[in-house]
Amino acid sequence: MNYHWNWSIFWELSPDGTHTYFATLMLGTAWTLITSACAFTIALVFGSIVGVLRTTPYSWAMRLGSLYVDVFRNVPLLVQMFLWYFVLPELLPQALGDWLKQLSDASFYTAVVALGLYMSARIAEQIRAGILSLPRGQRLASLALGMTLPQAYAYVLLPMTYRILLPPLTSELLNTIKNSAVALTIGLMELTARARAMQEFSFQVFEAFTAATIIYIVINMLVTFAMRMVERRLTIPGYLGFKAPAVGH
Amino acid sequence: MSAMIDIAGLSKWYGATQVLKDCSAAIATAEVVVVCGPSGSGKSTLLKCVNGLEPFQQGRISVDGVSVGDPKTNLPRLRARIGMVFQHFELFPHLSVRRNLTLPQIKVLRRSADEANAKALRLLERVGLSAYADKFPGELSGGQQQRVAIARSLAMDPIAMLFDEPTSALDPEMIQEVLDVMVGLARDGMTMIVVTHEMGFARKVAHRVVFMDKGEIVENAPTADFFENPGSERARLFLSKILQH
Repeated sequence: MNYHWNWSIFWELSPDGTHTYFATLMLGTAWTLITSACAFTIALVFGSIVGVLRTTPYSWAMRLGSLYVDVFRNVPLLVQMFLWYFVLPELLPQALGDWLKQLSDASFYTAVVALGLYMSARIAEQIRAGILSLPRGQRLASLALGMTLPQAYAYVLLPMTYRILLPPLTSELLNTIKNSAVALTIGLMELTARARAMQEFSFQVFEAFTAATIIYIVINMLVTFAMRMVERRLTIPGYLGFKAPAVGH
Repeated sequence: MSAMIDIAGLSKWYGATQVLKDCSAAIATAEVVVVCGPSGSGKSTLLKCVNGLEPFQQGRISVDGVSVGDPKTNLPRLRARIGMVFQHFELFPHLSVRRNLTLPQIKVLRRSADEANAKALRLLERVGLSAYADKFPGELSGGQQQRVAIARSLAMDPIAMLFDEPTSALDPEMIQEVLDVMVGLARDGMTMIVVTHEMGFARKVAHRVVFMDKGEIVENAPTADFFENPGSERARLFLSKILQH
């Protein structure tokens, strides 16, 4: 292989005329982080709502929840991004569609919504399984004390469920960060997009993607470490099964 | 005397299977009734119908004059007035013993934190667990957890208490400490329905014993009559099995 290594490429000026390649990668990292953080917030909120709906005694709520999960879980993330970005503006009334298309950072908002809803379907399934894994008596005891169903969820069922789910939720957060790379297809200049741009202009493909790989690994190791800390803080004295469970990726 | 808990013609089905058959019983204020019978006879189901945790298809139940099966009844409000103790305690594992007792008072009865806390400490004292207020349920023995669960119910100032096999999940050496608390409650005049196999407890404090088999109330007799002269062959058979040790 005849490849000309050049690690000092990171300090050379990128084609935008103001930033070094290193600075563009950092900008991309920032977009990756903010996109993932917003998307995961949406995923947690919607995932929790849908997961709870699927464990209520109401059949309409259970059906609504299953439909939601079926739609968002069974269509590839890439297709969902395209649908939100290219198809949705055409289906809306003309004025609204035009406004969406001209929105600055439209690819960011679209990526957040698409990634957030896609991940929310996965999280909904885990929340559902987590709630159902609690002893049925916990729900009965809450109701017997006079709590309403929403109170039982808010004070008893969900606090336990989130604790049990911390390890799998960590995996979902890591998946969200990794899946945010798909947003480059709708023009979001996140980390992978920046690495690709660097490779296209400088032809230093190995350096560019080595840098991106290392940055992804560092981010995800930091996230894993932080979530371990959270798990440790939330450990319940005397309750088995909460002592530093292994985190799968 | 009007009944505190009045069960009349209660029937319940799970799908096509009938689990309660035309059950009727009245429990007066300050009366202690023990419900016994073979497993699967519908005792727990009957108990869960009383506070509406299980729906029923026929008959009626009223507690302190409030109809449980009436769709217009505010069930959470009614349940807040009826204490319930479960076989597996069902303390909330993520909350300290103190929070287990104060949370329902604060969220359901809208008591102030100070008032709830004072009440909690008074009741922990009563069940002999003051020293454990800031422990978590997982750090307590089964008997201690069940006493906390009883205290948690009492903190709501219930007009009646339902016990669903409160000692069945306990190691033998812990049964007595829980029964002692229940005997104390009975002596203080609490209206109680107790599903249990503890016949010693029944003899000691129950005013009446209800014997169930296959979803039916077979006997409903004063305690002495039930033990000395059970009216039905099924009850006699049950007693001979359970009392021979």
